[in-house]
Amino acid sequence: MENMNRSRAIQSSIFAQAKSYITRSRTGHHDNTARMAFLLPTILIILFLSLFPLIVSLYLSFAKVAFVKGGVTITFVGTANYHKLFFGSNQRHLLGALGEMSLIGWLICLATTAFMAYWFYRYMTSPKRKLLGVFFRLVAALMTSGLVWLTVSTLSDKGVPGTLVVTLVFVAGGVFFQYTIGLLLALLLVQNLPGKRFFRVVFLLPMMITPVGVGFLFRMMADTSVGPLVPLWVSLGLKDFSWAQTGSGARTAVLVSDIWQWTPFMFIILLAALEGVSREQIEAGLVDGATRLSLFRYIILPEIAPVSLTLILIRLIEAFKIIDLPRILTGGGPGTATESLTLNAFNEWRTLNLGGSAALGYVLLIIVTFVAVMFVNTVRQKILEWL
Amino acid sequence: MRRLLLRSSNPFRLSPRWMLISYAILGLWAFIVLFPLYWLFVTSFKLPIDVSSGPKYIPFVDFQPSLHAWEEMLVTNGPDYVGRPYTMTLIVGLNSALASLVIGSGAAYALTRFQYRPKPGLIVTFVGCIFAMAILMSQGIPWQFAVVLGLVIYFLLAQTIGRRFRGTMNNDDIAFWLISQRILPPITVIIPIYILFQQLGMLDTPQALIVSYSAANIPIVVWFMRDYFQTLPLEIEESAFIDGANRLQVLVRIMLPLAIPGLIATFLIVLVFSWNEYVIALFLSGSQTQTMPLLVSGQNGVRGPQWWNMSVLVGLMIAPLIILAVVLERYIAKGLLIGAVKG
Repeated sequence: MENMNRSRAIQSSIFAQAKSYITRSRTGHHDNTARMAFLLPTILIILFLSLFPLIVSLYLSFAKVAFVKGGVTITFVGTANYHKLFFGSNQRHLLGALGEMSLIGWLICLATTAFMAYWFYRYMTSPKRKLLGVFFRLVAALMTSGLVWLTVSTLSDKGVPGTLVVTLVFVAGGVFFQYTIGLLLALLLVQNLPGKRFFRVVFLLPMMITPVGVGFLFRMMADTSVGPLVPLWVSLGLKDFSWAQTGSGARTAVLVSDIWQWTPFMFIILLAALEGVSREQIEAGLVDGATRLSLFRYIILPEIAPVSLTLILIRLIEAFKIIDLPRILTGGGPGTATESLTLNAFNEWRTLNLGGSAALGYVLLIIVTFVAVMFVNTVRQKILEWL
Repeated sequence: MRRLLLRSSNPFRLSPRWMLISYAILGLWAFIVLFPLYWLFVTSFKLPIDVSSGPKYIPFVDFQPSLHAWEEMLVTNGPDYVGRPYTMTLIVGLNSALASLVIGSGAAYALTRFQYRPKPGLIVTFVGCIFAMAILMSQGIPWQFAVVLGLVIYFLLAQTIGRRFRGTMNNDDIAFWLISQRILPPITVIIPIYILFQQLGMLDTPQALIVSYSAANIPIVVWFMRDYFQTLPLEIEESAFIDGANRLQVLVRIMLPLAIPGLIATFLIVLVFSWNEYVIALFLSGSQTQTMPLLVSGQNGVRGPQWWNMSVLVGLMIAPLIILAVVLERYIAKGLLIGAVKG
């Protein structure tokens, strides 16, 4: 025993010597240049093409930008751009028009608000309370309730969803179905059925295809007069129905194409995660007579939860940037029924309203950041605790 | 041996009924994936009449395939019609993927092998000075003077106030900051970039596209390659250092061969992103630098109902991607896994 300890001590001292030698050689003159040479290009590019534009964009969103011969003039106009978006002539475009909420709608709103209030109350009474925490949680609770209310109300009867709600619908609907279908396919394929490689290759395909191309593919698919699915529409009694003419129909078409395109991403990574689940554990469960459902809930789900949550976060962030699919498939119409925030900002830019476009960009940025932060700090933690 | 035992052990055998259900669901999704692509393929060989007279599914049975649309797109319109956007997409895609790979993986390597201790105070001062310089320049002061003034102010402030700020950041903070750039929607930053390139007279040049695509892709490269370098053992490098190799030798002879699989996987993913990129191109490119996605979306407005012609364009645009996916599926899947599994 003592011998072993001694040999371990000798070993570690040798390692320590080697390490100090290495660190000495690393802090040499050459390595200081290398340190900067490796990292600096990335830092500079991100600074100049990401951070500075972000700050300039903030300024532009409070300004009126006009192109004049040989340059631009930027005039500070205060909050006029934002005022126009939230209260002025573009309010209907961004936020939509409120509808008459049904009983279920009211219940959803009440439940969300009550839940957020409870969540806030729990934090207020907990001993860990801090001033900054209270502030952020209050903002988060208000914003969540507000967004849910806006979504439910504008999607109700007589309501018209604005671009903000449309984007939220694309994100939430898309990510939910992509994850569910991806998980189902991965669960089926992890059983080592013959032909696995074929399915893997086929299922990967949609992800690689240019979104603009996907938009055109589904423009053909959704056609109810000469499209390939006409027999299906006829048998469902939808012959005279046109997807592009009702808001919810057009939104469904965009959602379906988005799901088609991004399910592979979920599928590939979930498949790898499922293959990592230990077979011994599953076997033990099977021997104990566990059902498929309880196997999934108690053995598989806890193992794939961290990967799943990362995946969902990545897709949430990326889904907010959607523009190509609605632009090709529906052109944002009918009206603004499928116009995402990015598309809205692009259209503003085309009419040379650069300030308004920058303001819309900032609205999008705030929403994305809010959703991502809420997801990481709250939703993710709660799910991991629950499992 | 152990694996073999597990394979043949009873609990994993599937009942025929369950297998049938599994295949039915998998087959259905495979059909959903493949059918639109099949439809695109056959539509490109249709005559206008075959499209407008309702759905026709099987060539030689439902309709006679013809090269009419291919001829119109590739010959009647001249070779430049598709050729120019195609080469442009290829040039921009390859260059930007390569640039972001070199720059980003350098940073990823550095973040896993060196210790950085940047001071937030100095960074804020630096950024502030750059802004002061920009404002001075916009006021019509000659740029040489502004740069010198900015540097002087920076060194004065750095020596006095900058050091007072407490706290340092470490490698993880830098990596998080770089990777979190992905949250940024391109639309939020594109307008200043548009104005920048416009002022430089670089709108509608391939260089502008390459630089901005690279900037958009570098966070992905840093993220993937950092995770990849972390899986490579440090000991090999250390023993090489003890043997007297210098940093460059270690990098070229030891790290590069080890990192090749990760580099290829990341390169493919970034290349696909650049090939498919749409938003940035919408703002920055014009008639000289039209990329394939722009051509397709422009034509979609003009000749949307001409499915036969559109199918040719879309088919040409996505053909390399499909070949890539089929041939290199393993690499691409691996590339995605590097990033996502570790988070």
